[in-house]
Amino acid sequence: MTSQALLQARTKSTTDEHAHRGEEIFVTLSVADQLCGIPVLAVRDVLGPQTITRIPLAPPEVAGSLNLRGRIVTAIDLRRRLQLPPAPTGAIQMSVVAEQGGELYALLVDQVSEVLSLPSRQFEHNPPTLPAEWARYSTGIYRLQGRLLAVLDVARLLALSTETV
Amino acid sequence: MDDLLTDFLTETNESLAEADLALVRLEQEPEDAATLSLIFRLVHTIKGTCGFLGLPRLEHVAHAAENVLGRVRDGALHVTPDLVTSILVSLDRIKLIVAGLAANGVEPTGDDGPLIANLDAISEGRAPVAPTAPPAPVARQIAPPPTPEPAPAAPVNEQVAPAAPPPPQPTIEAAQVDPAASEQALASQTIRVGVDVIENLMTLVSELVLTRNQLLQLARSQENSSFTGPLQRLSHITSDLQEGVMKTRMQPIGNAWNKLPRIVRDLARELGKKIDLVMLGAETELDRQVLELIKDPLTHMVRNSGDHGLETTGERRAAGKPETGRITLNAFHEGGHIVIEIADDGRGLPIDRIKSKVISKGLATEAELALMTDEAIQRFIFRAGFSTAAAVTAVSGRGVGMDVVKTNIERIGGTIELKSRPGEGTVFTIKIPLTLAIVSALIVQAGDERFAIPQIRVVELVRAREGMAGNVSADASAETITSLVERINGTPVLRLRERLLPLVSLDRLLRLREPAHQHARVADAASSTDRPDGMLTIIVAQVGASQLGLIVDRVFDTEEIVVKPVAPVLRHISMFSGNTILGDGSVIMILDPSGIARASGIAGSADGRASSNTAAGTMSGSTTDLDKTAMLLFRVGEGDIKAVPLGLVARLENIPQDRIEAAAGAPVTQYRGRLMRLVPLSGAVDMQKAHQAVLVFTDAGSSATGDRRMGLVVDDIVDVVEDHLHIELCGAREGILGTAIIAGRATDVIDTSFWLTQAQPDWFEGTADTGAARGERPRLLVVEDSDFFRQMIVPVLQAAGYDVTAVPDAARALSLREGGAMFDAVVSDIEMPDMNGLDFVRTVRANGAWAELPMIALSGRVGDRDIELGREAGFTDYVGKFAKEALLVSLRQCLSQAYQQPLRMVA
Repeated sequence: MTSQALLQARTKSTTDEHAHRGEEIFVTLSVADQLCGIPVLAVRDVLGPQTITRIPLAPPEVAGSLNLRGRIVTAIDLRRRLQLPPAPTGAIQMSVVAEQGGELYALLVDQVSEVLSLPSRQFEHNPPTLPAEWARYSTGIYRLQGRLLAVLDVARLLALSTETV
Repeated sequence: MDDLLTDFLTETNESLAEADLALVRLEQEPEDAATLSLIFRLVHTIKGTCGFLGLPRLEHVAHAAENVLGRVRDGALHVTPDLVTSILVSLDRIKLIVAGLAANGVEPTGDDGPLIANLDAISEGRAPVAPTAPPAPVARQIAPPPTPEPAPAAPVNEQVAPAAPPPPQPTIEAAQVDPAASEQALASQTIRVGVDVIENLMTLVSELVLTRNQLLQLARSQENSSFTGPLQRLSHITSDLQEGVMKTRMQPIGNAWNKLPRIVRDLARELGKKIDLVMLGAETELDRQVLELIKDPLTHMVRNSGDHGLETTGERRAAGKPETGRITLNAFHEGGHIVIEIADDGRGLPIDRIKSKVISKGLATEAELALMTDEAIQRFIFRAGFSTAAAVTAVSGRGVGMDVVKTNIERIGGTIELKSRPGEGTVFTIKIPLTLAIVSALIVQAGDERFAIPQIRVVELVRAREGMAGNVSADASAETITSLVERINGTPVLRLRERLLPLVSLDRLLRLREPAHQHARVADAASSTDRPDGMLTIIVAQVGASQLGLIVDRVFDTEEIVVKPVAPVLRHISMFSGNTILGDGSVIMILDPSGIARASGIAGSADGRASSNTAAGTMSGSTTDLDKTAMLLFRVGEGDIKAVPLGLVARLENIPQDRIEAAAGAPVTQYRGRLMRLVPLSGAVDMQKAHQAVLVFTDAGSSATGDRRMGLVVDDIVDVVEDHLHIELCGAREGILGTAIIAGRATDVIDTSFWLTQAQPDWFEGTADTGAARGERPRLLVVEDSDFFRQMIVPVLQAAGYDVTAVPDAARALSLREGGAMFDAVVSDIEMPDMNGLDFVRTVRANGAWAELPMIALSGRVGDRDIELGREAGFTDYVGKFAKEALLVSLRQCLSQAYQQPLRMVA
């Protein structure tokens, strides 16, 4: 997915056409083979593999920082955040950039795929049996054809500082 | 024309224009309180400023106008077009005067009497406003020149020059200029721009500089590129632009100094001194942000120089100096920094007074001071709560002072140094960055990560050979080995010009070798190849008064960086002061030497060592300060000096090799008719030597077991020195309590209890029968804040047959009491944090189950006065630390008395 596609999707999402039809637009991504979605309006940018500077002594979820056109962005390893096994070495990671409290964060994921417009009738709340770390960061599930898409709560994913300090 | 007047004119012109507009608005909306108060404030400001500048004409006119406005504001008058006109007329008069002022630098002469009289009349509500009021609401009308009779208003809107009626006084005409033109002239010289606009520009320029740096780096790798030429130009333009934008924020340092002459004058009068203030380089410019931040520290320092630095006139005369003391301020640029010197030709810093103050404040001990350079001692004045002024004067000496100055300066990345010569004066040198936006930083590598260290914190770079301390022969004086990294318990230190520099390995501190992240996997390979010759690169960084060595793997270039704050998620990592993007586009963390020092427990000792760490109760990084202790220094293994408190050693023996025998596979010797186990500290007895140096430890023991003895075999006995036992580094190595600087050398202090049990695993157990005779072992409570000393004393007491409970502070002891615990005697330290031993004993004696227990004070201070104080407070006995025998004797006496008859020490 290109940044341009993202831009189009964002613009599309802001028109009420979709809201009328009870649809919401998501950027879909996968992490450890799980399909996830982030509301398109929360996504600032989508990046390919980046050079990431490690930050010693940082919380384990923090993969490091990267340079996004002159701004320093903190990279968060989504796998670690969701307590999933680490990505295989050498795997290419993409990132989804989101903003929280005026700061930019890049969520490292395995793959960013298409932008989907999903009707709300396919939405369901988290099943009670969902593992705690998922239930914590997911606001609900969309039933897609043959797959389930977990909607990630960016604000909660990025609320690192309050938990670690 | 002086600057003050120029500023005033600029400001007044702006205010007048604003007031004009506001008045017209007020006329339309007479009830608009906000507009009214705006006008009032503007006029009031003009009045106030001219009063200050000595401009009576302006002041009077403005005052009269303000009165009217005041009445309106109070509701006594109502806004009418006529009233507004009168105010406008007075504003016009003000403009006229201001214009004359701008042209000639002095107020034009003229008579404002009628105008003022009219305004006064209005404000008193008696005279009708009509006479002066022109019928038309003319906004831009220029005041008619003052005439006895109010002139009929000129029916023009945009007329500028005083056209019609000829002025009655020709002098005015001479002074008159076109006010509008003058306004323009002033306006064109300066424009007011919001600080945020400039800040934003500055950020953009900073980014541009970084991008330029990136391009330059790229270009360097490609020779003969066609980009080289244009890039060069771009680079120059960027530099010029950076300079230009910086200039917009620049102000001469004189702005921060302009209050000083007055302050010094008042100070001189107050103190009865003659003081000459010389200011050099007042035109030196620096960033306004920095300027604001150093204003107060500078003022404080000048006061200090006048108050403490300079002698009284009489003293100066006696010293053969000119009566008038001189304070010199000198500012100049030096390589991206501005240097400000504050010098006085006074008495210099009184080393002796500082010393006694340091000791009385407990900031350092006498022996520590003896090892310090004069400069280091003088730096104590930067400590919190330190003031050498014998009396607290109104001027300074309030105890908040130089420490605040230093903190403020360091906060903006600056440093402060001082040089003082007795009788000749003191020079403070402040070095601060020109701007806070861009700093020069040294780029280093540790592990496989790069970091930036602000250049201003870097003192020097040292290459040192990594060596085992054992390589150093004892005779080698420190001078010959200046760059050898020694290890104490694996903790590296460097002897740098006669001082012990604590070293911090950056990769270890930042845990870079841990494979916590996938990036780290090559780190180990890198580390082994990075130092093939065993040479270490050490960056000596200044942290307050102390220095710290950072071991890094590589040092790159210096680079200009723009400091950006780290993300909130990372703010808790004190080692970083920010992050930035380097020329090659990579993100890099900026190291904060102060944070590193704190994290590694180095700078913690810089302030209030006595109070801070010992209370923590942990051995790591704790510093124990006792008064002087006799320490036996000996050598073991390959030249490593170790120490043991002499008080614990019974005797020193030199035992001939042939008298050492083996029993059950371990070396023994016959000593005073009995066998004594020998424990070689190095692991094995060197059979080649003719004699073995042995430290004999004995223990009185009980009648059943007889006294126990053990010989600790060392290579040779070096010396006995009296020094402070100040354990600085603690390691987990068996048999070693920690490391102290003894006689200026890092020395391991051995853990005697460990070695005693090596000789005889039941060393501390067999004594139970001492108490068994009485049916039980006497229970002792030891209250001692020093971990080191607790570890030292507890085994000794246990060995003597006591059941010992040890707590680190009085509070815990008292909670034991509340919990119903009972002891036969209490041994307590005197100097302890929070509640000292004297207070503790008073509390115990006051009431409760322990009120009549024998209590023995154990203290490093054993002066008569101390003992007396101890007894007065309620201690049964008072024993010096390390006086092991004395303590045991005292305990025996106390306990036997206590058993025989309850003893009342306190009436």
